[in-house]
Amino acid sequence: MYNTTQSVLLAGVGGQGILRASDILSLVLMEAGFDAKKSEVHGMAQRGGCVTSHVRYGTKVYSPIAKKHDINILVSFEKIETLRYLDYLKPTGKVIVNEIEIYPPSVNLGEAQYPSDIIDIVKNHVQEVKVLNATEMALKAGNPRTANIVLLGALSSFMTDINDDCWERVLRKSFTVKVVKANLDAFELGRNL
Amino acid sequence: MKALMSGNEAIARGAYEYGVTFASAYPGTPSTEITEEFSKYDGVYAEWSPNEKVALEVSIGAAIAGAKAMAVMKHVGVNVAADPLFTVSYTGTNGGLVIITADDPSLHSSQNEQDNRNYARFAKIPMIEPADSQEAKDYIKLAFQISETFDTPVFLRSTTRVSHSKSVVDLEEPVPRKDTTSIQHNRDKYVMVPAKARLRRIEVEKRMEKLKEYAETFPENRIELNDADVGIITAGMCYNYAKDAFPNYSYLKLGMVNPLPVKMIREFASKVKKLYVVEELDPFIEDQVRALGIDVVGKAIFPYTNEFDPGVIEASMTGTSAGAPLELPLTIPMRPPNLCPGCPHRGLFYVLGRTKAFVSGDIGCYTLSFMKPLEGIDSCVCMGASIGMAHGMSKALGEKGKGKIIGVIGDSTFIHSGITSLLNTVYNRSDVVIVICDNRTTAMTGMQDHPATGSTLQKQKTKELDFAALGKALGIDSVHVVNPLNLEAMKAVVKEELSQDGPSLVISQAPCALLRSRQIDEIIPLAVDPHICTGCKVCLRLGCPAISWKRFEDLGDLKVEKKTKKQDGIAVIDASLCNGCTVCSQVCNFGSIKEVQ
Repeated sequence: MYNTTQSVLLAGVGGQGILRASDILSLVLMEAGFDAKKSEVHGMAQRGGCVTSHVRYGTKVYSPIAKKHDINILVSFEKIETLRYLDYLKPTGKVIVNEIEIYPPSVNLGEAQYPSDIIDIVKNHVQEVKVLNATEMALKAGNPRTANIVLLGALSSFMTDINDDCWERVLRKSFTVKVVKANLDAFELGRNL
Repeated sequence: MKALMSGNEAIARGAYEYGVTFASAYPGTPSTEITEEFSKYDGVYAEWSPNEKVALEVSIGAAIAGAKAMAVMKHVGVNVAADPLFTVSYTGTNGGLVIITADDPSLHSSQNEQDNRNYARFAKIPMIEPADSQEAKDYIKLAFQISETFDTPVFLRSTTRVSHSKSVVDLEEPVPRKDTTSIQHNRDKYVMVPAKARLRRIEVEKRMEKLKEYAETFPENRIELNDADVGIITAGMCYNYAKDAFPNYSYLKLGMVNPLPVKMIREFASKVKKLYVVEELDPFIEDQVRALGIDVVGKAIFPYTNEFDPGVIEASMTGTSAGAPLELPLTIPMRPPNLCPGCPHRGLFYVLGRTKAFVSGDIGCYTLSFMKPLEGIDSCVCMGASIGMAHGMSKALGEKGKGKIIGVIGDSTFIHSGITSLLNTVYNRSDVVIVICDNRTTAMTGMQDHPATGSTLQKQKTKELDFAALGKALGIDSVHVVNPLNLEAMKAVVKEELSQDGPSLVISQAPCALLRSRQIDEIIPLAVDPHICTGCKVCLRLGCPAISWKRFEDLGDLKVEKKTKKQDGIAVIDASLCNGCTVCSQVCNFGSIKEVQ
């Protein structure tokens, strides 16, 4: 158990399954015996805009949102969103990046360019960075909609304080029989990266 | 049993456990899920009312009949419900009546950031404020207990962070249901004519005196004495932020924010060296503490605007900055929310944007069309404002405004508060074109039913409001129903109606893209033929998230011939996002966009 509250920030674009992933993560933390809180914003912001979800855990959690420079792990579901929330990360924080690009409107309109050197910039600021293509790995797991679970798998490899069984128990409870195998496979692919 | 619940789910659960059987509401972020979740429990009645005023009146009726009832709304919804609100404070409630206001500091999904604690004082109604999901579940029960004990409506105030954060909650069994309803005639109490209301007015003051005494012993007002150098008075989510930043200071945690426990505040102030009030938005507690003659620090150091977090409180109290922003070697392109791929509003606003008219807008997904490239609306003030404002503008401009004023309003928003102002355009004869953006659902808040969908909140089949027949009945001679995904048809109707005298009504009707993708089995996406695309970028003016621009050098192996000297790339459609609405193929002058075979 921790004296201080630990924080994970999931960030990406509306429709990427971020809220579902953070629900699962919070349930895993509960299962592991922690007090857990999570927070996000619904409504207008969800229509194709940025979506973030803070997940915090420890012996006793007060605030469901972390302050800047206090996130232990940032999981970015889209490349450029990593940069948007980099200043939430602790100096010792770790980053997981899904290396897919979802163009913001200004890029689609040809008014702005999608930066090409994002991963290098992230690596300049952060010591431990894991880069993966969760979308491709989800296809390998047999279901393109499991990219969020691939990323949870990758996240789990950073969270050594959580027992493997907790993840599996919660994942099994979270999905219907039809899709549970694809999600478990997706989780393993992310975890063993 | 323990469960992870959002504040909204916990409020619904608490109401269910306490035996509440009645809820009425109009959807509005961040309040919507309270009523949605409540409606799923056994043995309860829950409805989407057409607006918050009706929702409150419905719950007042239920409470006078002896039920435990709750009216649920977002902060600005209370403005709509304010008329019955101020007078139900006089009548009292008989059964239990709780009004839930979900405020939105930081305007995540709202047009303003009003602090509804002010309503509690203004209308002389007690208000309690939970800080997390467990408290949300406990406090809704306390709210009903207070209502039943003191014969008063009670406010439960949530904020976005309480409503939409999830935390661990202990579930309990619901109490056995009792039918407490009956018809009781009590004209002295419920007929608020001047002679009777004057007498009830006195009762309100007596009730507030009793509630002030009660606040001193209210179990959720508590002093946590710790380091006596600094004492913090706070309530709601701010308590968690402050405890996170300064776990060792002393706290007066207020569960009830109206009326305040004066003796408890004096006692706490006497025990600490330096006193702060930590509260988002208005200095609601601070001003009252200061009026007691107590020296306190509040808005002198804390911001008036936006929600707090532990960093904001830490920075304000220590005088440090909340952390320098990272220096990045590039600007990150913004990612504002956008209309979905295949959204029927896109076709409508593409057409309206070409008219150069002033488009008086309203509240819903279509408000998003104000952004580039559509720039489809020119104003947005509150639910229902579009029609009244269009009418006023047309009247003020006279001849100059002819053919140049359009009002647009969503289907649910029109039902909420557009019908009377549409009647006004007929009664007072203005030359506006009113467009109902009828996507067959309350889309922005997450697909809620309304009186024109033919289904209730609890999924009962019901009458379906016919907008065209309603328009005719109100006296509008020219009424059209047009599919906004058919650009030519929409263009022709809008052009014709702008040239006519008198108000006209266009019902721009096509299901929300999210509804459509649920309704149809197979979506046939479109694709750009790279060998036909001339790179003219007309399709990009639709702002569809599925269409993007690729420069020739980014095309990889694909070899494309230049069609014009200036051409430097082609449009590309992401098939995984495309909803097959075909609007882009209609704007393409070269026939380069076709269905994927």
